[in-house]
Amino acid sequence: MSKPINIVFAGLGGHGVIKASDIFAQVAFQAGKDVKKSEVHGMSQRGGSVSSDVRIGENIQSPMIPDGESDFLIVLSEDQIPNNKHRLKEGGVLITSEVLTGKLKVKKSLNVALLGCLSSYLDIDEEIWLSEIKKSFPENMYDKNVESFTIGKTVAQETQTA
Amino acid sequence: MNAPIPQKLLLSGNEAVAEAALDCGVTLGTGYPGTPSTDILEHFAKIGGKAQWAPNEKVAMEVGLGVAFSKSRSLVTMKHVGVNVAADPLFTSAYTGVDGGMVIITADDPGMASSQNEQDNRRYAVAAGIPMLEPSNSQEAYEFTFKAFEISEKWNIPVFLRMTTRICHALTGVEKSVSIAPPAKPGYEKNIQSRVMIPAFARPAHVKLRQKLADIEVFNDDSDLNTVTGTDSSFGIITSGVTFMHCREAMPDAKILKIGMCYPLPIQSIREFAKSVDRCMVIEEGDPYLVEAIRAAGISVEGKAEMFRFGELNVKKVRKIIDGDTTEPPAIPRGKAPELCAGCPHQTSFNVLNKLGCIVAGDIGCYTLGVLPPYSGMDTCICMGASIGIGLGLRHSLPREQAIKVVSVIGDGTFAHSGMTGLMEMMYNRPEYGHLVIILDNGTTAMTGMQESPTTGRALDHSNAPQISLEGLVKACGVEYLDVIDPYYDQDRYEELIKERLASEKTAVIIARRQCVISNKKIKAYEKEQDSGCQEGGCDHE
Repeated sequence: MSKPINIVFAGLGGHGVIKASDIFAQVAFQAGKDVKKSEVHGMSQRGGSVSSDVRIGENIQSPMIPDGESDFLIVLSEDQIPNNKHRLKEGGVLITSEVLTGKLKVKKSLNVALLGCLSSYLDIDEEIWLSEIKKSFPENMYDKNVESFTIGKTVAQETQTA
Repeated sequence: MNAPIPQKLLLSGNEAVAEAALDCGVTLGTGYPGTPSTDILEHFAKIGGKAQWAPNEKVAMEVGLGVAFSKSRSLVTMKHVGVNVAADPLFTSAYTGVDGGMVIITADDPGMASSQNEQDNRRYAVAAGIPMLEPSNSQEAYEFTFKAFEISEKWNIPVFLRMTTRICHALTGVEKSVSIAPPAKPGYEKNIQSRVMIPAFARPAHVKLRQKLADIEVFNDDSDLNTVTGTDSSFGIITSGVTFMHCREAMPDAKILKIGMCYPLPIQSIREFAKSVDRCMVIEEGDPYLVEAIRAAGISVEGKAEMFRFGELNVKKVRKIIDGDTTEPPAIPRGKAPELCAGCPHQTSFNVLNKLGCIVAGDIGCYTLGVLPPYSGMDTCICMGASIGIGLGLRHSLPREQAIKVVSVIGDGTFAHSGMTGLMEMMYNRPEYGHLVIILDNGTTAMTGMQESPTTGRALDHSNAPQISLEGLVKACGVEYLDVIDPYYDQDRYEELIKERLASEKTAVIIARRQCVISNKKIKAYEKEQDSGCQEGGCDHE
């Protein structure tokens, strides 16, 4: 059994953390992976710290990623790095909003841009990503979201080849 | 002809239960909102089921029982502490039994992500004599809902489905692979001895319940609800719920007995499993329920250290339990705490109460966040509706100079849930120096995600419904002063009013009414939808 790929999404309530992890879980599921996703609801809605675990692979067991075993940590708000970096494994990839500073036309679509970043590391057809993004937001936001997704993907590709 | 390939869906445990309820032909879903259970009924309504919020869990349990007395199927949902509210009808429903099917969801919150305690409701199954199933992922949440209805109808008894946060809110794959016979045609059959629990009828009913439970234990021992996986018999684990997943990940080869029905326990199967392994350990989240019951049956098993009773388990903790490692984990920097939203009408209430040096008996809702800095404006918070009783108790016993500073603070939803009886107490057993109750009416059940209640004027699906008047309820109790004020735009007057009412030493209610700042947009959308629906449908209200 191959090991799962673990992704932690983190940020503050209201920033689209859960939305991003929902979209990603569906993307991986549509790509034929076994998927488990887990987070805590409730109090976190009121501007507090929020994080969501998504695990993809062949046969996922626990829905929670053990601390220090996450392959990716995606942080939507820089101040949420200190309380989440222990989730990342040694050599794991930290993706932060910092790489996108000044590049996004629509700030609200940061979560979609970060999904673009993540997509550059994973072998999942772009078609599936875009189709799930389309389903998840109002129709008139689709073009802007595709733009943000592409910016995220390009920026991340550049960092990997640099 | 080939059977159709079932489509695999990615669902939360809550969605899976709702889908199963619809596929089982549930007549009515009823419950009270509470994390992590809330979205079961919301999803049930969304996919076409009939779902409604009751004023509280006790009423929901009673309505569900009535439905099941008519041979129909009912689904009743609540969080773990909600079962405390519903416990009275629950215990006796085990005696009366049901004619149709009744499944009660208890959504437990180990680790208290959004609760005031982490009670383990497996204890309720034992105390009430209600069978309990425990799924370990969304697939089982779907299948076990069917099983629960089957067991309920076979033995005419309500059945618990116990979920926890990581089952309720985790997304995992589901195939709709099971089916059930359609529900019976609803109809009433007179059966006084079964349903009227006067002592003469309740005595034989209790004997009958114990016989049913003994039969269900035999069924459980033979059923496929409990499964054995893994091959390495040098180490065996007995577990249930999501903890099974943590165990499988921590010890992929170990032989594991997963208990799917945790009451009545399949003791014979457990005994055989324990014999089949060299070393046998019980790994469970929360209370040492399984380990105590298994040891009481004379089966020798290892258990977890006491420190693992607290909070959720996870893969790392399971590894530590197995290794007997009781070292404290390294401290992790805390995240940002939640807070009252910018523009929240509750902010002014706590600023004012703080400034006046009040002793604030608080309650459950968003406004409980008023306890945190910068407000630190709450002195007690116990359970739904407790603010009024606690405030009255303080008023009765404190010396005058302190008693006159006691204020009870309760939200509109919480008041509808269980505040009214407190208000009756205030008038019936009036404290010497009176009392002040502030109802923080933000027009929604905000904390759990903007659910409706009897005082919002909208039903669970946000369509129009009769609106119960808070003012009317307060007046009916004969409270001496009733004021309604906007706490946000009328801040100066609000402060003066609280001072005046405290100084009067009479009984007073202030309704601090202002719509929740983040629900405004949603509510306008619901209202618009209702208006346009009326135009199209030619509806004639107003």
